[in-house]
Amino acid sequence: MKTETELKSGEVSMARRSFLRYAGAGIAGVGVIAAASSCHKDHQVVPANSATIDVGSGDYGILNYAYALEQLEAAFYTQVVKTPYSSIPSAELTYLTEIRDHEVCHREFFKAALGAKAIVELTVDFSKIDFTSRAAVLGAAKVFEDLGVTAYDGVGYLIQTPAYLGIAGAIVSVEARHAAFIANLLGVSFADSTQIDSNGLNISNKPSVVLAAANTYLKTKVSAKSFS
Amino acid sequence: MNLFNLLEEIEKVDPDFQDRINPRRDAIKNITSFGSKVAVAAMPFALGTLFKKAYGQSASSEVITVLNFALALELLESTFYNTGAGTAGLVPTTGASASYISTIQNDENEHVTFLTSAISAAGGTPLTAASFKYVDFTAGAGSNNGPFKTVFSDYPTFLAVAETFEDTGVRAYKGQAGNLIGNQTYLTAALSIHAVEARHASAVRYLRNVLGYDTSINPWITSTTASGNDTNIGAAVDANYAGATPENTTVQGGVDITTLPSATGSTTSVATATAAFDEPLTEDEVLAILVPAFFQFNS
Repeated sequence: MKTETELKSGEVSMARRSFLRYAGAGIAGVGVIAAASSCHKDHQVVPANSATIDVGSGDYGILNYAYALEQLEAAFYTQVVKTPYSSIPSAELTYLTEIRDHEVCHREFFKAALGAKAIVELTVDFSKIDFTSRAAVLGAAKVFEDLGVTAYDGVGYLIQTPAYLGIAGAIVSVEARHAAFIANLLGVSFADSTQIDSNGLNISNKPSVVLAAANTYLKTKVSAKSFS
Repeated sequence: MNLFNLLEEIEKVDPDFQDRINPRRDAIKNITSFGSKVAVAAMPFALGTLFKKAYGQSASSEVITVLNFALALELLESTFYNTGAGTAGLVPTTGASASYISTIQNDENEHVTFLTSAISAAGGTPLTAASFKYVDFTAGAGSNNGPFKTVFSDYPTFLAVAETFEDTGVRAYKGQAGNLIGNQTYLTAALSIHAVEARHASAVRYLRNVLGYDTSINPWITSTTASGNDTNIGAAVDANYAGATPENTTVQGGVDITTLPSATGSTTSVATATAAFDEPLTEDEVLAILVPAFFQFNS
């Protein structure tokens, strides 16, 4: 990893302060998410005064949190399908196109359901993903899908409205289906010990942990202060 | 969860908490020295026992009912995979099959262990294998001669039944979420098993596809048929994909999904709208599918 001395001292302090703000109380958990370990690059591209979007509180906060993650996933697969990796088998492109369609569907659902309560459209930053590499694309897909599952499972208990809990349940199992499928494409276990604990339970994560990882792929940073 | 911080917080509002649970604080020592893998993740449930000691309260009977319903399903699934894996010549030892099936078998057995310990910790009485009058994976209502009579001799049939069980398990857990709303310990645990069942369902579907047993099946449920059943198993499993909220539902939370923009146009296809959301089954719907075809409880 790069040392911080490569950055101008002013940038370092601002970037560090920003990062702590995003990561919040969950900073100890950041190491759990492999993707978050490469956050240094982000420090250089994030303007010191960049605004952070907060998802808000209550059930709308949870829905906006889901909306933020679905925006990220939809944007990722849109790029994957737009610029497929070298020599992609047609069956893989078909599957990845279907996953794109599901994620766009989730994004549009939350946008429609939230209406005026919806957060803004986020700007993504996929500069760390080599879209020409199958391993890089599927590796990133696995991170996003696993992250999505842990995110929905981690906030389910905070949802107060039965209908919204139903929606979260309806979506999280589809994300889990995606996660398992991507793992199978990669030739790794669809229920490995990084995602499933020794009791056979999928791990779940707090928003602070999820967003610390998600923000490494977002120019528009997202926080969930009321759920930390 | 940081157990000790939590206990400190409790002591702030209830200074007598430590004395309530145990004057010599042995309870704390006990729950942190279990050591076994079950105890570590069953910590929230051990905590439940602690609260029970302190305040004379256990999990509600509704929570225990949900957990036992889940345990019944896991007992069925674990028995199914244990029997399949233990039948010589059934599961191929080459290719993806061996690792897929052993992974699923392992998870289902862990779910049984976990739920059994969770129910006990919550003050309930867990179901056991002895709670079943019979289990019949041929769907023959105890005759072992039902529509899937080759379930343990013909691998494609074994996988077809596996797929149906997994898809149905996902729907069953989803249907119980509302009964656990707001419950951090039990809802989170149920959702965590739910996600694992969905991973299994995806894997079995993919396996059936790559092995050529059902070349049109997706890892997700793409319901473009009137019955909602997207498998080629036949009408025998239609009920597994039907229900009050069938798998071919296209309206979610009052939003007609087909009217939403898609990646390529101003509307969304039924295939995408149904695949992007999985629908629940109620306990009654699940039991109507499974009883008496697959099992009967002892009365």
